[in-house]
Amino acid sequence: MSDRRTLLRVEHLRKVYESATGDVEAIGDISFTMDAGELICVVGPSGCGKTTLLKCLAGLLRPTSGVVEMDGAPVTGPSPAMAVVFQEYGRSLYPWLTVRGNVELPLRHKKLTRAARSRLVVDALEAVGLAHAARSHPWQLSGGMQQRVAIARAIAYQPDVLIMDEPFAAVDAQTRADLEDLVRELHASRSISVVFVTHDIDESVYLGQRVLVLSTSPTWVQEDLAIDLPPERDQITTRALPRFTQLRTHVYDQIQRAKRGQAVAP
Amino acid sequence: MTAYTGRIAATRRGRTVGSRIAAGLAYPLGLPILLLVLWGVVATRATSTFFPDPLTIAEAFRQTWVGPAFVEDVLPSLTRLGLGIAASIVVGIAAGTVIGLTQWLRDLLEPLLEFLRAIPPPVLIPVAMLLLGITDTMKVVVIVSGAVWPILLNTIEGVRGTDSVMKETARSFQVSWWERLWFLVLPAASPRIMAGVRQALSVALILMVISEMFASSSGLGYRIAYFQRNYLIAEMWSGILLLGLVGVFLAVAFGLVERRVLRWYHGIREVNRV
Repeated sequence: MSDRRTLLRVEHLRKVYESATGDVEAIGDISFTMDAGELICVVGPSGCGKTTLLKCLAGLLRPTSGVVEMDGAPVTGPSPAMAVVFQEYGRSLYPWLTVRGNVELPLRHKKLTRAARSRLVVDALEAVGLAHAARSHPWQLSGGMQQRVAIARAIAYQPDVLIMDEPFAAVDAQTRADLEDLVRELHASRSISVVFVTHDIDESVYLGQRVLVLSTSPTWVQEDLAIDLPPERDQITTRALPRFTQLRTHVYDQIQRAKRGQAVAP
Repeated sequence: MTAYTGRIAATRRGRTVGSRIAAGLAYPLGLPILLLVLWGVVATRATSTFFPDPLTIAEAFRQTWVGPAFVEDVLPSLTRLGLGIAASIVVGIAAGTVIGLTQWLRDLLEPLLEFLRAIPPPVLIPVAMLLLGITDTMKVVVIVSGAVWPILLNTIEGVRGTDSVMKETARSFQVSWWERLWFLVLPAASPRIMAGVRQALSVALILMVISEMFASSSGLGYRIAYFQRNYLIAEMWSGILLLGLVGVFLAVAFGLVERRVLRWYHGIREVNRV
């Protein structure tokens, strides 16, 4: 994390869904930047357009106005510099492919030798602790393991930014804690930048170096909060720190204010 | 001593395997055998010449179908059936995929397809005869004209129903068009496609027979119709028996392919049931 170059720049992003029954303004005006190597969590009240924001970042949705820039170049569509981990792992992994086949699929169009491709797949599966399950099918695995496969698929793709959309919302609490530590570990060991969208306040504070608190729809960034917890974190001691409690209470208050509509637009 | 106990164990194991196979066969074969016996009893007592007993039919079966008739009648029929099924599958999946992926094409074609599907294919036989003559091509075309619809319509539905998150995943990873077709669209539609193929098989068998009954000088359908007209009752029944056997063979072959192609699909259903 020595270089502090800006990797992702979002400026005055606005997204309006047009429909026959009337336009819905999902995102009002979002601006923020992310440095290379950062881990940012995005939290907000439910229905605040978190997923919309993420799809705009990933190039899956065209913003109505505003700019998303990746490494100085505007994002106009999906790019090899980004990989998405979706919330619904059951619908994001292909059940007819093995774990290995799923991780390998996005690599097929990259100009790689068979051996290089295979190395990436094995390495990614080892990184998420699933080397032994390469020949299984996703539906033979537990929910937590399936989400690990999705994470392996994303890191094998070797993106600069990992974009995660409430990835652990559907797994049980203990699995979730393990997966959170896995994300922190991958972030630290592979110098991947991560944008992590969640509705879980504790999760955002535990994981993030920064937390962006979003307002209700039409959305803007209500607060950009630096998380000054030590870089070495673990589930028991970090969550027991007084500072952790202060931060989570602060974020919680912010979201309550957002829900009541008391927050002020910038 | 040890050799002796070893042999006991072997025979015992052999017996359990044998009895298991016997039990496995008893259920599927029990009722057909019972019906055959019943038929034999009724047929020997009845005076009607239209219902010969099973042994007479078995003898007629051997005389009629084993030998040159197999090459002259059965093989051409099976060849046309095979070609018709293969063409239906290729045309149905190819056209179904294109239509399923293209919204405007779907809107354009759907009413027309519903109309065409509703036409009973046998009425097309005179038309096909007129256009194509009394040829093998005509019979294959008749088979395809009926068997292609379940495959085509199921493929359209299956392709259209591809999960939105799966599509978005492919898009976000910039999976190429061909890879998307091969690794996403077709596998996702495969349960529907296989359901269509299953229906198509029985339709194809029916149309094979009918197309041969109308205008032909060879084939199973032609033979059976010939036996009927000439009051060769036992031979006629043996032909019907052979058709039934062809149908069973198709179903078994389909089952084997389906289990292989849809292993993941049945696997998921089993996991969900537990």
